[in-house]
Amino acid sequence: MSPFLAGATWLLLFQCAGEAVSHVLGLPVPGPVVGMLLLFVALRIRDRIPDSIGVAADALARHLSLLFVPAGVGVMMYFGRLTGEWLPIVVALVVSTVIALAVAALTFAALARRAEDTQAVAPGTEQ
Amino acid sequence: MTSESIFELWVYLAATPLAGLAITLVAYVTGYAIYTKANLHPLANPVLIAVIAIVTCLRVGDVAYGTYFAGAQFVHFLLGPAVVGLAVPLARAWPTVRRLAVPVAGTLALGSAVALATAVGIAWALGASPETLASLAPKSVTAPIAMGIAERIGGVAALAAVFAVATGIIGAALGKFVFDAVGVRDWRARGFALGLAAHGIGTARAFQVNPEAGTYAGLAFGMHGALAAFVLPLLWRLAQLATGKL
Repeated sequence: MSPFLAGATWLLLFQCAGEAVSHVLGLPVPGPVVGMLLLFVALRIRDRIPDSIGVAADALARHLSLLFVPAGVGVMMYFGRLTGEWLPIVVALVVSTVIALAVAALTFAALARRAEDTQAVAPGTEQ
Repeated sequence: MTSESIFELWVYLAATPLAGLAITLVAYVTGYAIYTKANLHPLANPVLIAVIAIVTCLRVGDVAYGTYFAGAQFVHFLLGPAVVGLAVPLARAWPTVRRLAVPVAGTLALGSAVALATAVGIAWALGASPETLASLAPKSVTAPIAMGIAERIGGVAALAAVFAVATGIIGAALGKFVFDAVGVRDWRARGFALGLAAHGIGTARAFQVNPEAGTYAGLAFGMHGALAAFVLPLLWRLAQLATGKL
């Protein structure tokens, strides 16, 4: 069997499991996100990523942006509201996204540098 | 063929799910070809090109979104397994990610708070309606999660999906310029910021540019989605109590 088909089957099964867990426990988190966490735990327990799952996940990740196109086209249903409130919406989306990108990148870079500095020093201080 | 029979054929094809599926793929493949031709220039985002092309076609052909979505849902459906599959790059990178627990948790907390507060604050200051504010709140979270959150806090699910996709496109298009401007060269930081602020579309962009950036983007995207689904409705309720709007 093609590794892609086997891998895609596993991804769907984990999605089903995620949907089931999310539904039964009444979680606010959608099934696929729970499925991702379940698959992650399973991969960590096995300590190895099966080729089939790797192939299928990589194929989907490569064109992840395609999968958002149908939802994006939904913009056409809201032209009325968007033209009425276009200024607050556009300014909020653009400015907030730029600020969030800058804050997140600066925070991560600064914290990562600090974490790596202390980790690099730690073995030396043990001696 | 008479023009009448061509018209009948058009009506027949436009009403089948095949048309919606085909136009989605044709628009994306074309958008991606332009993106490649432009050396992956962030402003030539393939999602943006595809959405503009499809909306234009549907408007010109007077086709309803529901008719289009009957076909496009097959592409939309793959979002589920694709999100599940994000566990794979995460599992691959886990040994390194684990050592960066503090940067990951700290950036997640600060970044998600900033994304939420600035979006709602700016739109509120410029006079957006409460329904629009509630739909804007989860804009940095991936569309399927944003829809669920918006519904719980009094927004419109479909509008939240549109804002989320728009945010993803804006983040993917502007990320490079923002990171260069603030002088962050670390691929992990750039990727993490893209995934956090611009969810799946930012993650897709990160994977296209650098595999390490992609891995950290996927990590941020997944964690932000899970965190926001639990925390954002609670924060929203607290903010309502604080401002006296019960």
